[in-house]
Amino acid sequence: MAATTLSADVPPSLTRPRGGRRADRAFRALTALAAALVIVSLVAMALFLVDEALPSMRHYNPVSFLTSTRWAPSEAVAGSSSVNPYGIVQFIYGTLLTSFMAMVLAVPVAIGVALYITEMAPAIIRRPLSYLVDLLAAIPSVVYGFWGVFALIPALKPVGAFLADTLGHVPLLGAAFSGPFFGYSYFAAGVVLAIMILPIITAICREVFAVAPSDEKDAALALGATRWEMLRMAVLPRSRSGIVGASILGMGRAIGETIAVTMVIGNSVLAITTSILGQGSTMASVIVNEFTEANQPFHLDSLFVVALWLLALSLVVNVAGKAVVSRTSRDIA
Amino acid sequence: MSESTGLGAVGLLSRRRVVDQALTVTLSVVMAGTLALLLWVLGYVGVEGLKYLGPEFLTQTPPGNAADAGGGFLNGIIGSTIMVGIATVIAVPIGVGTAIYVQEYAGPGAGTARFLTDVLVGIPSIVTGAFVYAIWVVHFGFSGIAGGLALGLVMTPLIVRTSEEMLRLVSRDLREASLAMGIGRARTIVSVVLPTASSGLITGVMLAVARAMGETAPLLLTALGNDLFIETNPTKRMSSLSLQIFGNAITGYRTAQARAWAGALTLIALVLIFTLIARLVGRRSAIAGR
Amino acid sequence: MADHRIDISGLSAFYGAFRAVEDVNLTIEPGSITAFIGPSGCGKSTVLRSLNRMHETIPGARTEGKVLLGGQDIYDRSVDPVAVRRAIGMVFQRANPFPTMSIYDNVASGLRLNGVTKRGVLDEVVETSLRSANLWNEVSGRLGSPGAGLSGGQQQRLCIARAIAVKPQVLLMDEPCSALDPISTLAIEDLMIQLKTSYTIVIVTHNMQQAARVSDNTAFFTVEGVGTPGRLVETGPTRRIFESPSVKRTEEYIAGRFG
Repeated sequence: MAATTLSADVPPSLTRPRGGRRADRAFRALTALAAALVIVSLVAMALFLVDEALPSMRHYNPVSFLTSTRWAPSEAVAGSSSVNPYGIVQFIYGTLLTSFMAMVLAVPVAIGVALYITEMAPAIIRRPLSYLVDLLAAIPSVVYGFWGVFALIPALKPVGAFLADTLGHVPLLGAAFSGPFFGYSYFAAGVVLAIMILPIITAICREVFAVAPSDEKDAALALGATRWEMLRMAVLPRSRSGIVGASILGMGRAIGETIAVTMVIGNSVLAITTSILGQGSTMASVIVNEFTEANQPFHLDSLFVVALWLLALSLVVNVAGKAVVSRTSRDIA
Repeated sequence: MSESTGLGAVGLLSRRRVVDQALTVTLSVVMAGTLALLLWVLGYVGVEGLKYLGPEFLTQTPPGNAADAGGGFLNGIIGSTIMVGIATVIAVPIGVGTAIYVQEYAGPGAGTARFLTDVLVGIPSIVTGAFVYAIWVVHFGFSGIAGGLALGLVMTPLIVRTSEEMLRLVSRDLREASLAMGIGRARTIVSVVLPTASSGLITGVMLAVARAMGETAPLLLTALGNDLFIETNPTKRMSSLSLQIFGNAITGYRTAQARAWAGALTLIALVLIFTLIARLVGRRSAIAGR
Repeated sequence: MADHRIDISGLSAFYGAFRAVEDVNLTIEPGSITAFIGPSGCGKSTVLRSLNRMHETIPGARTEGKVLLGGQDIYDRSVDPVAVRRAIGMVFQRANPFPTMSIYDNVASGLRLNGVTKRGVLDEVVETSLRSANLWNEVSGRLGSPGAGLSGGQQQRLCIARAIAVKPQVLLMDEPCSALDPISTLAIEDLMIQLKTSYTIVIVTHNMQQAARVSDNTAFFTVEGVGTPGRLVETGPTRRIFESPSVKRTEEYIAGRFG
């Protein structure tokens, strides 16, 4: 019988080879090293940013960065520490305002697109439609900025002028929409960011809608519900926190966007502009604008202060968004 | 409840129908609007880019004076290739290695690594650039290596995430079949698990490459750019396609903007090609077949 | 033939804090087929997986007690689990050929991964293994095509060929036919009877007829309820266990399955 020749006549030793399984342990150690590098890189990032920001935070009162809306590097003097010329509140304001605007504009559209793809589109075009929307995420930031300047801003001008003419004259609310509108603005930055985060929010919403149980949808339809009623009964209630989480994650992405924003926001650094039609800066845009030309005392160090706060802000927003999204998926699962 | 029993229900029914139709119309308009937006961006860049994109653009460096016409972004294309190459060499082993540690070994700290990977994905790339400036540029100056390092930091968490997902899709049966034959854990991972997940892993890497190609902000803080000549030495400051688009776009000269549009079209084409390859590779996956 | 006797004494298996199987004592004779039967959750698969130290590959899983293979405890500190698995092969419930490999590469994979690269040696082993698995005649013309392209029954025989290619002494089979049609099942059963002259075979099965058809000895496991450990109730020659079990539980189980 052929099989007999295969069977081992002498049992091989079961004993552990001398030195153990060296290759196995080495491989595991290598992968552990890779994981350690990932962990270390985040910690190192925080530490090095603090280290670079430290001279400026020692020279000026660390809190004073957060109490002024005026960024005037030319007024910095090496010896004196009387007044901190590096106020960063207007940048935090710019970052929060533009990313909030982006979220408000993008979320309804993203929900609509995701509902269309998961609930209305014929099955064969669902995947192509998803790919096309995902393509919006593949377009580089610098291209969005360039397109924003030449295509979007001219198109926004009548809209901005209209807002300034109408809402701009309403008492109280007018402050947020007062003109004049030159194109480069928080508004333009918000719209560009909205386009950039639209595919991100859509993708998460699509996943959230897709896990709505189909038997509940069938049950609603069998009761005589129209499609809208079915969505309201079986899909949207379960998706609420998923949508919230998606929105936060989209906003988190908008907070860090740099180049596109820099190209359309106008880059004014001297004060908070209350009107969304006015010009300003975000934390990311001021860093990229001034970093390689920072030649005033404590100028570069202060840009690292901005980077540090930007890191903190993006961490908080992303972890919060992640937590909300993962709680939803646990509920569903 | 039943609508056909009385005429009184007709009003209710028609109101419900109107709401439903309004929804259908609204969603269709939103979807069409989104596609139109995509078309607007791609079409605009396409039309403007084709005005100048040609052999000269792909084989020349920019003219010494930005206001002059002609020239191209060859040095940026080469710089992008070198820096994305460096980034890939850094990010793939670390990214896939981390995914293996987290998913296959689940050793101590795996949960932390997984959580911090998600955190890293959300960190603004400009902050990553500032970090590389602090650890590298401060000591060794602006360089292609610094740019590659920054792009590598952008790519790594993306690769960890997709790789981890792909490894999770490899059935436990296959690992058991291999282990039960008396094959060690490392051999099992290298010879059985990774080949099975390979197309998914490649998809993840390609998408990360596409993302890195388009990055601009971190390069401004690390590679700085170099518009004068072709630089292939990664220890020197270096240009990239994205940096040249940015630099030429903001000059205000029509000639420079023409180059920038051609560059933007080239960059979009490259990114879309990588994205497309990634999707195609991902489709004929050994995992998907099972 | 070398001594392939397996002596299990005081074996318990755990998933984390949960004790899945308690105090199993059993001797498995060389050159025979032993069937593990019993209701779902009784721990028979867990015991099987403890015989080649596969159980411990599940995170949090561990065992206590002794399993002697030819007198040597496979759980001894000096023993390498990888060497144990080389000596004791395994076939799984679902056929699991490597999807990225051809038929040839699947069978050769164990040897290759253990460092054998000579083409002549590999060719010979692939052929004898496929012949032993009664698959050679069906696939000899297309050794280069993917293993995943075979039918379910052929895939399972391919997995058997792959398992015996590394020349194990013992072959563990975990419900190898549960996903197969009756004809493929019979082919595998014929194969087991041929293979027992060369290998000690242990099979877990839910199919009483199968246990009665192929096995020389039968071990009956049971479990009292959810959350309690499974136990070995009785063991003996298959004929005796099926015709005159000494324990009431065994009789009820077998009768229930036959009735």
